[in-house]
Amino acid sequence: MTHALFALLQVADPQRSPTDGMFILFGLIKAVAAFGIYMLCVAYTTLAERRVAGWIQDRLGPNRVGWEGFLQPIADGVKNFMKEEALPGSGNTVLFILAPAMAFVPAMITWAVIPFGSPLPVPGVGLVDMVVADLPVGFLFTLAISSLGVYGITIAGWSSNNKYALLGGLRASAQMISYEIAMGMSTVCVLLLAGNVNLNAVVAQQASQGWNVVLLTLAFFIFAVAGLAETNRVPFDLPEAESELIAGYHAEYSSMRYSMFPLAEYANIITSSSLMITLFFGGWDIPFTQWDNLPPWTVTKTLLTMGLYVFKVMFFVFAFIWLRWTLPRFRYDQLMSLGWKVLLPMALVYITVVASLVLGLDAAGLARTSYAYRGAFLGMNLVFVVLVFWVLDRGRIVSPAFSRLERDRITRLQTAAARSDLLTGKGA
Amino acid sequence: MQANQFHSLAYSFSFYLFGLIALASAIAFVTRKSPVAAAMWLVNVMFALAGLYLMLDAQFMATMQVLVYTGAIMVVFLFVIMLLNLGHPSDLADARGKWPTILALFVGLALLSEVMALNRGNTIERLVPPDLAAKAAAAAAAPIAGGIIGPVAAPLFKEYLLAFELTSVLLLTAIVGAVVLGRRRTDAR
Repeated sequence: MTHALFALLQVADPQRSPTDGMFILFGLIKAVAAFGIYMLCVAYTTLAERRVAGWIQDRLGPNRVGWEGFLQPIADGVKNFMKEEALPGSGNTVLFILAPAMAFVPAMITWAVIPFGSPLPVPGVGLVDMVVADLPVGFLFTLAISSLGVYGITIAGWSSNNKYALLGGLRASAQMISYEIAMGMSTVCVLLLAGNVNLNAVVAQQASQGWNVVLLTLAFFIFAVAGLAETNRVPFDLPEAESELIAGYHAEYSSMRYSMFPLAEYANIITSSSLMITLFFGGWDIPFTQWDNLPPWTVTKTLLTMGLYVFKVMFFVFAFIWLRWTLPRFRYDQLMSLGWKVLLPMALVYITVVASLVLGLDAAGLARTSYAYRGAFLGMNLVFVVLVFWVLDRGRIVSPAFSRLERDRITRLQTAAARSDLLTGKGA
Repeated sequence: MQANQFHSLAYSFSFYLFGLIALASAIAFVTRKSPVAAAMWLVNVMFALAGLYLMLDAQFMATMQVLVYTGAIMVVFLFVIMLLNLGHPSDLADARGKWPTILALFVGLALLSEVMALNRGNTIERLVPPDLAAKAAAAAAAPIAGGIIGPVAAPLFKEYLLAFELTSVLLLTAIVGAVVLGRRRTDAR
């Protein structure tokens, strides 16, 4: 009925794909809107970081400019643009100027392929996908682009012609290469389950099968750690470790050009949060219901799914900030051995297990959405989670730390504590 | 007709754009004296090539080009160049002598003429064995399963599985060999 009505009115059906011209127009609108919102979010993540840091450290944080400091990012931006800019005398000036852009742009482009809501029906135009560019290579594109982020940091370190900056740049490139491999490997499991590299297909798979974080917790763990390392934040901020390298790769930068590096970091946080959500937390999917995944598409569905998506992203951005103000920094050899000796072998073993399970269950003729299929994955997942937790924990959380000490040493410690010698420092 | 003309115009424009970028960057790559600058120009070449693959509808190839060459291999190149710390570009002597340069010029000219000769009168189409051409046409016409990766993955893991696995063993051997050679040098010191 409605179809006939639309045909009669010569208006495009909002439940179908738009025409070429409209597709290009809406592509442009989406790109501009996404870019604007993204930049705004990046700016306000800086404020969030400072306020959350204040909250965690029991102080106030910036709250003077505007209501609760809401104009602080703008004030910071103006300040940075007004500052004097210094170029290093004997560095490579061209690359020095290009480097901040090289660091910032990849973080931003990755966002283009991430779906952020159910399709929006626009009367007279058609069904508009809520993703800037729905590439068929989707996920591989994000991997390819995020692997370019290292250039900005490395080139910044090299072109500064400064020992500390160069060391920071070298550390960054070694770190990013190591963790990229673990990151790519951890997502192979997700792609095996989804059977496609398109991110919309990954979201659809999770809508029908349940979120991947429940089915593939270990893959999520590896991806989250590697993602944290890719953003170069504490506990993986070795490239800028101020206690040993001053500020690492951006030691020579000043003014807005310096600002681009922290901004790139925040952009990376938002991007890797979005990726984590899309791959493991169902993207824009509303859990426990199929209502949001099935046509007919409505504006309400789009708004609700987009709202949930934004909420999820905000949670993960908060988690990133929370981690930064909680954990100490790794030592460099610890960082490397975590990447190569723990995460990579773990990911490889996990791929083998997941691939065999997928092959076995498919051969047994089970449907991918059946409870048996999901139950098998859940069981496998539980075994692995318990195993990995037991290995990584080394008796620290499940049993208290002193359980690894000898019995007589514990009694000695206990008597010492009883005499409160430990507090005054005489007991040792 | 209008839309078709527009599309073909946009297509040839993009082709020449990416081609020019690739050529100019390749020339800059060969002529730069600073190793880091040269490496960055090579990165640019890789990107332009990825763009050309994309225009041939080989999206997987394009992504892999960026992921593997720009994202991994060139980063390692850059890493090694920085670790070696060759010094200021003005101090670096050109390692290539006169005769190798002339030889390289002739090899380049020979390759260029070969490409031109092959391009004349559909030589490539005539040189391709008919059964292979038929296979390719059938593959192109078949419905695509498993998204964009399916058509690449299926032959790789079904028809050419043995060759694929042998290649991976070859690569592994090369890696182990590199580690062994690197070790030996430090032991001798």
